[in-house]
Amino acid sequence: MQVLKETLNARRLLCPLPVIRTQDKVKQLQPGDLLEVICTDPGVMHDIPAWCRINGHTVLETSSGNHEYIITIRVGE
Amino acid sequence: MSKQRKAVALISGGLDSMLAAKVIMEQGVHVEGINFFTGFCVEGHTHAIREHNSSKPNRNNALWVAEQLGIKLHIVDVIEEYKKVLINPKHGYGTHMNPCLDCKIFMVNKAKQWIVENGFDFIITGEVIGQRPMSQTKSKMPIVSKQSGADDLLLRPMCAKNLPSTLPEIEGWVDREKLYSITGRSRKPQMEMARNFGIEDYSQPAGGCCFLTDKFYSAKLVDLWKSQGTKDYELDDIMLLKVGRHIRPKPHFKLIIAREEGEGRFLQGYKKEFISLYCSSHPGPLALIDGELSAEDIYFSARVVARYGQGRDEEQVDITVTEKDGSERVIQVKPFTKEEVPNEWHV
Ligand code: SF4
Repeated sequence: MQVLKETLNARRLLCPLPVIRTQDKVKQLQPGDLLEVICTDPGVMHDIPAWCRINGHTVLETSSGNHEYIITIRVGE
Repeated sequence: MSKQRKAVALISGGLDSMLAAKVIMEQGVHVEGINFFTGFCVEGHTHAIREHNSSKPNRNNALWVAEQLGIKLHIVDVIEEYKKVLINPKHGYGTHMNPCLDCKIFMVNKAKQWIVENGFDFIITGEVIGQRPMSQTKSKMPIVSKQSGADDLLLRPMCAKNLPSTLPEIEGWVDREKLYSITGRSRKPQMEMARNFGIEDYSQPAGGCCFLTDKFYSAKLVDLWKSQGTKDYELDDIMLLKVGRHIRPKPHFKLIIAREEGEGRFLQGYKKEFISLYCSSHPGPLALIDGELSAEDIYFSARVVARYGQGRDEEQVDITVTEKDGSERVIQVKPFTKEEVPNEWHV
């Protein structure tokens, strides 16, 4: 099965909006798909992993630089 | 085997809603959380914007509570729909601009829609009779149940024993005897419950769950509506009310001046929507100007901005003015003294 990798631009949004946009995007994806979320609010480094933990998704990678925060998620069941 | 019942819990991030969810989970009901984002929620923003607000843990409490409880949390964006609640609340405002009763009705109504769409059986909230003067009195409880359309599908586990039985109790989905009868403003019973459940860490918002219960925030919102001549807002407007010092020297314009670096960075994001100013000869904050300005007004604003930079005691400083299209120019001004920026200008 082909794994989809999508990118979500959540720049300039403040928490919890990046979480809400991530949640809404994940709903459209299939288990195993990847989603890369690009944000500018440092709060996402806490909130998106917390949201993933409680909803059964996996954070594969987080990185930051130049006031941007990028989180890659694998969609769970 | 009897059917597994499912409840959705309104999770604010505070202790009461956490306990209410826990009480129902303990009875074997499947519970998931729901949290409504109105744009005014205390959660999130300020810690994201302000760098040095480290007295509070840097987390979203609703998510944190859900994680502690081991339940899913659905965060719902209600920014647009919430406008009609705040702009024209049928039951009026509380002490400040908080339309708590209408807000409760709205949220429970949204939760009702959610349970219908998602095949859940009932709704729980952490409301406690007498906890808040406006929205949580005994007489207001049936108003919320009725006007939200949730009726007897709304269960308040923390004070259920003081209220008529709801459907989950009548049908035996939950045991009424194991629910609570907490009333009043004391937090002792909740703390005791938390101890019994082994919950040690929780947040206790003092005023309420949103900025609308804050006197200073409410004053800024009233000022915004007054200056616009209409009661309306966009998300950016209400975000900006949370940030910086707001100074209105004249009715037709207002300055938003960053108080520290984090706020400055946040305001940077609005440089295409507002004329911005900063002191280029000395360290100082970034400021946005909201309103239609004459050249004289800009000069005047530059003197205000100079007052908040390190060149405040100089005879003259350079202020860089950036237009919305990005073009810049530098003007020389004499910073205002403390007395020249009177308290009445502070919104
Ligand atoms: S404090 Fe704010 S969010 Fe809470 S009920 Fe009142 S208006 Fe609604």
